[in-house]
Amino acid sequence: MSVFEGFRFRRVLSPIHQLDPRAKFFYVCTVFVIAVMFNQLMPLILLFLIQLPFVLAAGVQKEWIRSMKGASFLALMIFLFNFLFTYFYREYPTFPPSSSLMEYSLAMTLRFIVLVESFSIFFLTTSPDRLGLALEQSHIPYEFCFAFTTAVRFVPVLAEEAQTIMDAQKARGLELERGNFIKRIRNYIPILIPLIVSAIRRSLELAEAMESRAWGATNKRTNLYVLKIARGDYILAIISIGMLVLAVYVWLFMREQIPSLIPWITG
Amino acid sequence: MIEVKDIFFTYPNNVKALKGVSLNIREGDFVAIMGQNGAGKTTLVKHFNGLLKPTKGAVIVNGVDTREESVAKLSRGVGFVFQNPDNQLFCETVEEEVAFALRNFGFEDKIVQKRVEWAINLLGLAKHRQSSPFMLSGGERKRVALASVLAWNPDVVILDEPTIGQDYKQKEKLRQFIVQLNAQGKTVVVVTHDVEFVAECNPRVVLMAQGEIVVDGDAKHVLTNAKLVTKASIVPPQISQIFMGLTDLGLPIDIIDVYEARDILLDFLGGDL
Ligand SMILES: Nc1ncnc2c1ncn2[C@@H]1O[C@H](COP(=O)(O)OP(=O)(O)O)[C@@H](O)[C@H]1O
Ligand SMILES: [Mg+2]
Repeated sequence: MSVFEGFRFRRVLSPIHQLDPRAKFFYVCTVFVIAVMFNQLMPLILLFLIQLPFVLAAGVQKEWIRSMKGASFLALMIFLFNFLFTYFYREYPTFPPSSSLMEYSLAMTLRFIVLVESFSIFFLTTSPDRLGLALEQSHIPYEFCFAFTTAVRFVPVLAEEAQTIMDAQKARGLELERGNFIKRIRNYIPILIPLIVSAIRRSLELAEAMESRAWGATNKRTNLYVLKIARGDYILAIISIGMLVLAVYVWLFMREQIPSLIPWITG
Repeated sequence: MIEVKDIFFTYPNNVKALKGVSLNIREGDFVAIMGQNGAGKTTLVKHFNGLLKPTKGAVIVNGVDTREESVAKLSRGVGFVFQNPDNQLFCETVEEEVAFALRNFGFEDKIVQKRVEWAINLLGLAKHRQSSPFMLSGGERKRVALASVLAWNPDVVILDEPTIGQDYKQKEKLRQFIVQLNAQGKTVVVVTHDVEFVAECNPRVVLMAQGEIVVDGDAKHVLTNAKLVTKASIVPPQISQIFMGLTDLGLPIDIIDVYEARDILLDFLGGDL
């Protein structure tokens, strides 16, 4: 669950929270593209560091660190898989593995971490409401926007409910960690069934509540709040474009000159 | 039986739900834990079978520290009926639902059958034994949940908000049932903010507010103490509200029982009707 904690929005006032979700999303996409462009360590480290000021400015360090911790296990897996598979595929039986393999595996891991980092910043600083608004104003059909924001909103509710159900079944002697692999999966049936039943029940209730509040009565909805692109959003967009241009330039003309960091690591 | 030694509990989101709670529940006790929403009642009782472990302090159940024992082991002696039966019902029939815990605790098939039979009859569910728990009414589902816990005959029974969403008749039945359980020697812990319900059972009352115990004493004295009751944001039972309004007549205020009240009033009016 701790990975999800890192994506859970909390209402705070900060310059980053104020930014338009569309601008932030553009920024996240930029980071994504750049991270995928390079598989050397140096640019990825830079990319990782560039985002730290955002975390600090938004004041979400604690949650952010939690999400990074949550991602660390996956990151470790990615490292091991890359390292082992590439080693056995390319270099076996030479030993020890080459330092470029080390750099490559580290870079792949860092790429994952950078992606988690940027998405985590996005979700930590964007309220589901504003995200929904942004979707709507991007001319995505309202039904989809609503389904999306509702799903996001109910994630914590469901997580809490799952916890209560787990407690209730544990109190009836259910031991989740008992038995072999198959048995362990079966152990989750007493948790999944009440969870699914209550989710269905809740969605029916929600549908009734929506209809009694005239859902879909007009085709042209208006909003009390309307997102407007402000100066900060332009600045972020310009930063993103700048980063992208720089990255493309480096990728096109200087790719071979990016220094390897392995001598630094191995000393 | 259950010793709570100065426990503190903080949820992962930094909510301090318990701040130094000490409590001693003896065998055969009938305890009502009361207080407004968010006072920490559920958090406290979840410590009794090890679902939550104290951040600081210790909970000792039958001489064992809950931190050193699995929830399943502790639950064998401390049965916990959750507030919402929908959080636990999942089997195809009521019978299987009641048998679920018995199987988990490793009872033999023959004994499982006997116990299921016994619990189903005890709660008047014989008619519904082959029904799906999901098709039953709210009150019936609650009884299935109760039966599924009583089936393994735990020494302590904890009921979290048993009266919520029940009509008067069901509540009355439940009350008689709980009183009977206690009379048969079971230790009963009821979490509730239903004052009238508590007034009629007259148990030991533990009043909580903001993660602390405000007072621990007889229902009669706790529920009629205007200061304490205000502190825990609960409304005294109607009968004691009447007596609180009649103090200038020289009547006692620690009255929560309707029949006792009747006698006192008749006495005061100097006649019988
Ligand atoms: N799973 C949880 N995670 C975080 N906070 C919780 C959780 N459960 C309860 N709380 C908080 O702990 C406090 C006490 O809750 P609870 O013990 O459920 O109160 P009560 O049962 O008296 O209504 C409340 O402030 C509640 O918001
Ligand atoms: Mg509660």
